[in-house]
Amino acid sequence: MAVTTDPQRLAYIATQSADARVNVELQTEEMTLNLGPQHPATHGTLRIVARLDGEQVVWADVVCGYMHRGYEKLTEVRTYPQITTLVNRIDWLSSFANEVPFILAAEKLMEIEAPPRAQYIRTILFEMARIANITLFIGTMGADLGAVTPVFYAFRDREHVLNQIEGVTGGRFHPNFDRIGGLKDDLPRGWIDETKAVMVRIREFCDELEELLMGNDIFQARTRGIGVIPAEVGLSYGLSGANIRGSGVDWDLRRDQDLPLAWKDLDWKVWTHPDGDSFSRFWVRLQETREATKMVDQMVDGLPAGPIQAKVPRIIKVPAGEAWVHTENPLGEMGYYVVSQGGLGPFRCKIRSASFNNISVLPWVLRGVYVPDIITILASLYFILGDIDR
Amino acid sequence: MSSAETETAEAEQAPEVDTAPEVDTVRQQQLDELSGVLGDAVVGSHIHAGDLWVRVRREDWRRTVEACKGLGYDFFCFLSGLDWMPSAPNPEDAETLSVEPEAEEDEAPAPEPAEGAGEQQHDEATPAGAVATEDTTPETDGDEGGWKTGWGGGETRFQVFARLLSTRRGVGVTLKADLDDDEPRLASIHDVYSGADWHERETWEMFGFVFEGHPHLTHIYLPGEFEGFPLRKDFPLLSREVKPWPGIVDVEDLPPAEEARQDAAIQAAAGEGEQQPEEGG
Repeated sequence: MAVTTDPQRLAYIATQSADARVNVELQTEEMTLNLGPQHPATHGTLRIVARLDGEQVVWADVVCGYMHRGYEKLTEVRTYPQITTLVNRIDWLSSFANEVPFILAAEKLMEIEAPPRAQYIRTILFEMARIANITLFIGTMGADLGAVTPVFYAFRDREHVLNQIEGVTGGRFHPNFDRIGGLKDDLPRGWIDETKAVMVRIREFCDELEELLMGNDIFQARTRGIGVIPAEVGLSYGLSGANIRGSGVDWDLRRDQDLPLAWKDLDWKVWTHPDGDSFSRFWVRLQETREATKMVDQMVDGLPAGPIQAKVPRIIKVPAGEAWVHTENPLGEMGYYVVSQGGLGPFRCKIRSASFNNISVLPWVLRGVYVPDIITILASLYFILGDIDR
Repeated sequence: MSSAETETAEAEQAPEVDTAPEVDTVRQQQLDELSGVLGDAVVGSHIHAGDLWVRVRREDWRRTVEACKGLGYDFFCFLSGLDWMPSAPNPEDAETLSVEPEAEEDEAPAPEPAEGAGEQQHDEATPAGAVATEDTTPETDGDEGGWKTGWGGGETRFQVFARLLSTRRGVGVTLKADLDDDEPRLASIHDVYSGADWHERETWEMFGFVFEGHPHLTHIYLPGEFEGFPLRKDFPLLSREVKPWPGIVDVEDLPPAEEARQDAAIQAAAGEGEQQPEEGG
């Protein structure tokens, strides 16, 4: 047998065999990693079962329902005004924003509209709920990636927003303030000036966090190019909110539909980012928080005078029919499909919550990612457990 | 309130002018476009308050959804089911809704996605339930098995409905399809819109509709051993069976004097608000 002595040829054989050995070694036995239901990164009780090959996910599935409360069934045995109490608890970080589309759906069926002042106050509280919600996201996204400071700043500054919401509604988390035809109460005295000061603080918070996180090399390295969701995939999965705008789709239900709320009168911008990765989703949310503070400023300045409640019968019976109303909630598109048969309560109420669809993309997007990136992707898709499980 | 129920054939020749004075050209165009592609698959449609409902034949469900995707409806909102079996018209009458005898039968084992034999056990309870509730809801239409149906019409107890949206045109459509009462089956659309995957699983566990071609029709919210289909109208809500809803007191009529006083207060507040310049409150 001829033995080659050509050094070049020997080197080639050595590399080939090294490659072959590496390939064999990489074919490790698969293991299953169970993430949750109690894992800090799931912010509640969500379970992810991932089959791993080494450090890479080959297959992942999501197990939810640990907090399913059956709201769709419960709506069928409650009256319309009582349902706001239930829907408050769907996305519990921005409860007021959950009430609005439901009340709008009932109003659409009754063919009434809230007076302009009520529409403005609704929109103000809606945007403040958004700020309270996304402020916390900005903090927890840092915490999930190992940066501990932002979450303290987030809780500190969210407190001011919650105080303002409490000032109007009496409830920090569950306002239950929206009524068919208007609102429970008007704004308290002195609230507008306080709110403006709080909005300045929130803008400072955004600047601070932008420097703390987005300027950080580790943060950039862990989010850029991680969990890329192309626009067509996102749309097909029904991703909404900042998740779809982070994939470059210029779609915002505040701007792109006609609702009896104040957004149409305001000067604001819809932010999008073309990359579709975890960083872009974070970036879009940060910009949206800033945009929301500007909206609140404009609305408190231009607040129309007048009543806050339209004339509605004391016993609310909604005429028979079907209505679908969806709004751009902090987590994405939230909608209610209300079927009425003329009774005191809905015959059927389908609740479309944003997180359910946002999370359903996980099996697709987790394929092939590394274990630490699971956490990044979960954090950047941003979900609230109550919004998945309803 | 328009209750105009236009079958497609009628809709093309005469949009009912008396109930809808201005024709919604955008929705009408959407409808024309869809019926152009689908032909006689469209069995009912309705346009109301800036929204469009289209009801198609069950066999054409998948073809309809594919056609919609082709027409630029790129965003998937939701898919769910409807059970038109009459329930108590309002919570007051919840206790009069009889569910006791058939409740046992209703909790038959959940059928496997592949087989439909288990389904029939469920629907044995249906006629009894319908009869029992008929006298509590005298205002039902009488035809179509004694229950009301929603916009776009319907001939069966069960319907599946889905909402699609076009982000480019900013318009949406609600699609509906009637299902067989005894064996609610339908083609899956999970590979047309990936988001439908979880929604079909949810609809399967809540209503018992079988989506043919779905790869893993398993429980998503409820525990694996759960029996029955909770969102069907004949599934009893046990807490209400034990104790009627105490919150009903909330909606009792006010005494006329109090009603008048509150009306006056609202009127006064409205008048006052108009005079006042804008002020925090």
